[in-house]
Amino acid sequence: MSLITKILTALRGGAREVGESIVDKNSIRIFEQEIKDAQGQIDKAKRDLTEVMAKEMQAARKVENIQADIIKHEDYVGKALADNNETLALEIAEKIGVLQAEADIQQKAQASFENHTNRLKGMIKKTTKALADMERQFIMVKTTDSVQKATAAITDNYASGSSKLLTAKESLDRIKEKQADLEDRLSAGEILQDEFDGTDDLDEKMKAAGIIEGDSKAQDILAKLKAKQG
Amino acid sequence: MNELSTLANRLAEKGKESGNGFPFEVNPIPGEVEVLQIVIEDREELPIFISVSEEQILCMSYLFKQDEIKSGKENEINKAMLIANISMPLSAFSLIDDQYVIYGSLSVNSSLDDITHEIEILSDNILESIEAMREYLN
Repeated sequence: MSLITKILTALRGGAREVGESIVDKNSIRIFEQEIKDAQGQIDKAKRDLTEVMAKEMQAARKVENIQADIIKHEDYVGKALADNNETLALEIAEKIGVLQAEADIQQKAQASFENHTNRLKGMIKKTTKALADMERQFIMVKTTDSVQKATAAITDNYASGSSKLLTAKESLDRIKEKQADLEDRLSAGEILQDEFDGTDDLDEKMKAAGIIEGDSKAQDILAKLKAKQG
Repeated sequence: MNELSTLANRLAEKGKESGNGFPFEVNPIPGEVEVLQIVIEDREELPIFISVSEEQILCMSYLFKQDEIKSGKENEINKAMLIANISMPLSAFSLIDDQYVIYGSLSVNSSLDDITHEIEILSDNILESIEAMREYLN
């Protein structure tokens, strides 16, 4: 069963207490241990791999050396035969036989190391993929856990606040009212401003036309006061 | 979690900044996992809750409870929400127990601007989705 199916089943169960964690601490610990183990396996396989690869390279080098040796000895056989030294030629031929056998052993070893290398590489790839998968699942478990706990905290807070007394629609309507109110206030402000601006304009015009008193008002007052005194 | 209180302080300052046109308050809620309650001016009825885990910052708001759905409309609203889900920028719907929620999640490495942006978008999406689901609700 996939993890998400398990989580779904646990969440659907519904028999839980509010805020009760669906993820028990023990399974988180086991999960963590499994991840650590997988990581350990990968590390070990990587160390093994370098060792086996080194051995494979050594075997390959040995095969090469022996084959060069064989060619050299075949040349010697040719020379011995040219000298009509049949006995020596036979002896060298025997040596070639020994070299051949050794080359075969090294070749087999090399093939086996190569096999081992491929197996290790495959295993590292598979375990790495499994590890990534486990880590992803682990994050899923922890996220679910964290969401559950956060929800518990929110629910406690929410239940004690006044906001939960309202339905979603009521909340929305209140917010919309506030928005409308703000818009009304803004446009009222604009209208008022326009009116004030209008008055100012009119004042200016009337002043200019000499219908109402302009800046000379103070001087007029002073003149009147002087007249009184006088 | 120390990081959360740092985030709370930085968010609170950002929320107070005049001229961002989106003032909000930050109230920490204690619990096993600490949560921040974000109360947006003039939208106090629908607060947003933020929690931070190792991987993600989760911003979530409660939409409505199952019992607020008009009887017989459960399937319709579920389908409608599932359809609307993908068109909603940065937010998604979910169900926690009997509570429909809307949420957005961010990487823990998100900047303060990313988080404030998320809060703004989420708040708008909350209002829009309740409006859109109005016909199914009591």
